[in-house]
Amino acid sequence: MDNRKTGDLYWKALFDGYEPARRWMAGHRPDVAVIVYNDHANAVGLDLVPTFAIGTAESYAVADEGWGRRPVPPVTGAPELSEHLVRMLVDDSFDIATFNRLDVDHGLTVPLSVYCPEPGDAWPCAVVPVLVNVIQYPQPTAARCYALGQAIGRAIRSFPQDVDVAVFGTGGMSHQLAGARAGLINAEFDYMFLKAIESDPEKLAAIPRDEYIRETGTEGIELIMWLVMRGAMSARIRRIHDSYHVPASNTAVGLALFEDLGGT
Amino acid sequence: MTRTADNYVLDLTASRRGYAINRLCASLTDEDSRRRFGADEAAYCDAFGLTPEQRKAILHRDWTAMLDLGASIFYVFKLAMVDGKSMQYLGGVFTGVTAEEFTELMRLGGQNFGR
Repeated sequence: MDNRKTGDLYWKALFDGYEPARRWMAGHRPDVAVIVYNDHANAVGLDLVPTFAIGTAESYAVADEGWGRRPVPPVTGAPELSEHLVRMLVDDSFDIATFNRLDVDHGLTVPLSVYCPEPGDAWPCAVVPVLVNVIQYPQPTAARCYALGQAIGRAIRSFPQDVDVAVFGTGGMSHQLAGARAGLINAEFDYMFLKAIESDPEKLAAIPRDEYIRETGTEGIELIMWLVMRGAMSARIRRIHDSYHVPASNTAVGLALFEDLGGT
Repeated sequence: MTRTADNYVLDLTASRRGYAINRLCASLTDEDSRRRFGADEAAYCDAFGLTPEQRKAILHRDWTAMLDLGASIFYVFKLAMVDGKSMQYLGGVFTGVTAEEFTELMRLGGQNFGR
């Protein structure tokens, strides 16, 4: 999107699938987006790998990943909500690392572009980045991600300010970049996942790490980040739209948009 | 070129083994570093303390050997980008097809390798 290729036939079907979700989001603009994502060897190296981390800054520059900063606006933070989340999570026995300063890479900015492809000078909402390690093994379990999501949900609901919060779960879907299984796509699993994320997330949370790797590829493990999003939502949610498209680069791209109906 | 494994998982053993080569690849996000790498790749490898096997893999662009020696695809990709090579090119290297063939395989829905 940020390379203005949306009219190209290769990309058209993918972006057409986003349109109903974008329209709904445009009519339901959040004040803050809590974006659960993974860094790609930009802000996080291999000297220190946090399993879970939260950005706490007033703003986040867009990373230069080695081929220039993407031509998208810098990201405005929500430091008060960040601080509230960190305190609530630590008190809820989650050991959270904090990025008090952070450049955000495409793992965060591409989902923002999916939501709002033409932001102009500024994204439509502030952002709290939640980083999950999916690159170094062992990644957190899907169950732990789901539990973190539930704690994030409790923390969001207890925030004393009246703000509308969207939670983005990013990553996946099935894909593998390296090795003899490069190019792996498992549409059957992806369709199952797109369905179960709404009505049976516990089933997805129970899938072991090695089974995600086997079924969805070494990079498909990113799907655990959707469970953070789902955990943060209430038990009662409404599916607004979903879409699935292969390929975007080497990846199966899925989108599912839910409205939180509240209640436990 | 080396035969590739099915999967590469960056566990702590691989990360220890590949630390120098991953660190070298990560450094290539900096423009000045890219310039110095381009000017003398062998010296750049030596400055990062690569093992002889890792140095050989980088200089010969043996992408599979890099992974076998503990490199992570996310770091290796930064070297590929310096060369102007895409993820589809790398996918083709790992699966024994051209970048165009790999791109076409993805367009046709990818491969499920018996899943």
